[in-house]
Amino acid sequence: MPPETRTPAAPGRPQPAQDVIHNIGYRTYDGPRLGRAYARRSLYSQSLRGAYGLGRSAKSKVLPMILFGVMCLPAAIVVAVAVSTKLNKLPVDYTRYALWLQLVIGLYVAAQAPQSVSRDLRFKTVPLYFSRPIERVDYVVAKFAAMASALFVLTATPLLILYVGALLAKMDFSEQTEGFAQGLVSVTLLSLLFAGIGLVVAALTPRRGFGVAAVIAVLTIPYGAVSTIQNIALHSDNTTAIEWLGLFSPITLIDGVQTAFLSATTSFPGGHGPGAATGAVYLLVALALIAGSYGLLMRRYRKAGL
Amino acid sequence: MYNPTVARLTYRGLLGRRRALILFVLPALLLVLSAAVRMLTGADDNTATSVLGGFALATMVPLIGVIAGTGAIGPEIDDGSVVYLLAKPVKRPTIILTKLVVAIGVTVAFSAVPTLIAGFLLNGNSQQIAVAYALAATVASVAYSAIFLLLGTVTRHAVVAGLVYALVWESLFGSLIPGARTLSVQQWSLALAEKTAGAGAVTADVSLPLGLTLLTAATVAATWFAARRLRALTLAGEE
Repeated sequence: MPPETRTPAAPGRPQPAQDVIHNIGYRTYDGPRLGRAYARRSLYSQSLRGAYGLGRSAKSKVLPMILFGVMCLPAAIVVAVAVSTKLNKLPVDYTRYALWLQLVIGLYVAAQAPQSVSRDLRFKTVPLYFSRPIERVDYVVAKFAAMASALFVLTATPLLILYVGALLAKMDFSEQTEGFAQGLVSVTLLSLLFAGIGLVVAALTPRRGFGVAAVIAVLTIPYGAVSTIQNIALHSDNTTAIEWLGLFSPITLIDGVQTAFLSATTSFPGGHGPGAATGAVYLLVALALIAGSYGLLMRRYRKAGL
Repeated sequence: MYNPTVARLTYRGLLGRRRALILFVLPALLLVLSAAVRMLTGADDNTATSVLGGFALATMVPLIGVIAGTGAIGPEIDDGSVVYLLAKPVKRPTIILTKLVVAIGVTVAFSAVPTLIAGFLLNGNSQQIAVAYALAATVASVAYSAIFLLLGTVTRHAVVAGLVYALVWESLFGSLIPGARTLSVQQWSLALAEKTAGAGAVTADVSLPLGLTLLTAATVAATWFAARRLRALTLAGEE
């Protein structure tokens, strides 16, 4: 109480002691503390839901849902055609489907990876995450896992539609199951690879628009360059060059791995996909890229800001 | 109709800090690619058109157009700092035109000029292919900048929308549905390249008068509409 407004103490009564901290009844929290694993799980589920706009505004649901629809629609059409014309084999391979719609997957990563990490950087909420009982590794693992899971949902759902459709059309069960399993392995690898690349690029900039452009550039420009050179190599009959050039873009990397190990037909020009030996290099490079992007993310978040 | 201060700010926003990096990487990649192709196969007109048409004009120019066009205005609207600009006694059409000029400048510098150099690297401008594609890249830069600047004022997801147009509409639908090619900036600019280059070196799906008319119409309409949008801009918070 400021001195001017203090009423003079009544004579005879003792002056009340000044500078007292009053106990106004705040209580300490003595409920259960949910701890680090819970915080990590929450961050994972929030990021995964956020990647499809769930729990966010209606406007931010539009784009991921449209892309999800675009991803599933061709599968539904393929199944409808296969059922109505009584084919005994699906007209599109399980492993080929994701390559076929790589542009949609690329757009999804480009739109959602910056959404997942750039906004935290821009609104400076990263320090708030780290004031919770989570460590750097938890943040990185949760974001990485959420992005990879979102991509897996995006790429595996159409395969599931194809598989269910194929079984309903009474196609050969073991053949379809094998193809489906191979497709799942391939899209798992693709999801991890794309999520890693997308997050690393997105975590470098707090501006979402710029992150989107950077991610799509990293995913499509190498593909454009690689397929241009591959076509030129095809004209000059340099088939070994075609085989090795695929190492230099993410989607051709996946193509190479599944051609070598998952009995897929390659979409390299002239069908000159890698054999098992070259394929091992492809697989190594893909795994190294995934591990490398995890390492880069860990390094990136050593500092919370930019 | 041109404000140097707005131009300077836009320029800094586009090329400041590490943002210029991605703009440098793309042309550098094109030049490396051209040099590698030249060394692998020697000078060949078909290879030159496939690199310049398939990579430079189809992928690089739209991508740089998206970055420069939406980047000229998008981030300012996104973080709300555009109100400080709008509060100044500068006409909105002037702001749009200035930003358009800067976006065109950046796109031309980072896409048309490297295309010209790449053309010379690939086949030494035989049949005028290098000049033809550089010209096409220049006019395409103008149209792309205007269209993507408009997108930047219309939607918060301007970059994604621009990419959907540039990659899905022009590349995917353009290769599947012939009709879609008539409505693509790439084909309009190719019409100019077809006229400039030697006979039969470049093929376009639209005639030159139609292409040029549509290019001009698209640029003018997009700019006018962008100015109109900026006059009636409402600011929204982050979703």
